[in-house]
Amino acid sequence: MTFQAYDSWWWPFIFILIGGWLATDAWRFLGVFLGGKLSEDSHMLVMVRCIATALVAAVIANLVVFPTGALASTPLLLRIGAGVAGFASYILAGKRVIVGILAAEAVLVGGMFALQ
Amino acid sequence: MIFAVVMDSPSTADQVANRSTAFWMMRGARAAISIPALILASAFVGFAGLARDAGLTLAQTVFMTGVVWALPAKVVLVGAVIANNSLPAAAFAVALSSVRLAPMVVAIVPEMRAKHTRKWVLYLLSHFVAVTSWVLAMEKFRHVPREYRTAFYGGLGGSLVLTNMVVVGVVFVLAGRLPPAVSAALFFLTPMYFLTSLWGSAREAAAKYAMLLGLAVGPVFHVLVPGFDLLASGLVAGLAAFAIHLVLMKRGKGA
Repeated sequence: MTFQAYDSWWWPFIFILIGGWLATDAWRFLGVFLGGKLSEDSHMLVMVRCIATALVAAVIANLVVFPTGALASTPLLLRIGAGVAGFASYILAGKRVIVGILAAEAVLVGGMFALQ
Repeated sequence: MIFAVVMDSPSTADQVANRSTAFWMMRGARAAISIPALILASAFVGFAGLARDAGLTLAQTVFMTGVVWALPAKVVLVGAVIANNSLPAAAFAVALSSVRLAPMVVAIVPEMRAKHTRKWVLYLLSHFVAVTSWVLAMEKFRHVPREYRTAFYGGLGGSLVLTNMVVVGVVFVLAGRLPPAVSAALFFLTPMYFLTSLWGSAREAAAKYAMLLGLAVGPVFHVLVPGFDLLASGLVAGLAAFAIHLVLMKRGKGA
């Protein structure tokens, strides 16, 4: 039952609906249902947030370490360097997301041209 | 609603209410024009390239943008497609990456619920909840009368979703023609946007430990247990961070 498992045009859409829509909106609907019943700082929620955060962090790391497409032709050390530089600039600039992104992009693109 | 704006007849209470609903919906849509939304759109540019590379079609990519909306969930889903995961494994990984949506909705619902708000409206609006719209709404709600906050959030969330569906569609068509340096820079937007906004949205130190540990173990598990790497990283790094949190809390209390 992989994305490419069946040749029909509708199968990928079913895959996206169940694997994507149901898997995200179920949490949103649960959130509405629970309303104000859950305490934001209960131990259970801290644990759930930890697992969710670590999972997204793993996605980020894999996007940088094992990229697809045009990024795949850049050296690994350059990508990690750009990420670290961007994150450091973000922290130093008082958690301004735009500064972090621009710094990372500058290092990445600058490095690509320097290595050419 | 359009009628209510156009008509200027002696207004009944209903018409006044309708006009205000449209007014606040427009205000919400205008609030979407912001720096965080611009950064989000640029991350969607990167996502469109990612989906294209994974072999998705234009229709599938735009459809996914509309029905899933949360960007991390979509990146996980496309990751599962690339790794050729089966549907149950993909759904499980996406669900795990989206748990945070539930507490976010729990936090925003009391902010926009008024006396006469219908339940289905809240369920419908909850679909728009993702990091950017949530942050923007929580910031602007105090300037919006309570009974119009649902309209405001509908305008804000709806315009964000539609705009980014268009962005994804346009970039998907153009992506193949971009020079490699530009596509590489675009692909790098998504991880950088996540990296910084994830850190910024961390509620407690424990989430920051979880993030650092997750970054470290993600690539390791990718090599060791391909197919289950996201799940394994989430559980191992997340529970380790939670354990550190518990130990530090106990020590804090003991001292």
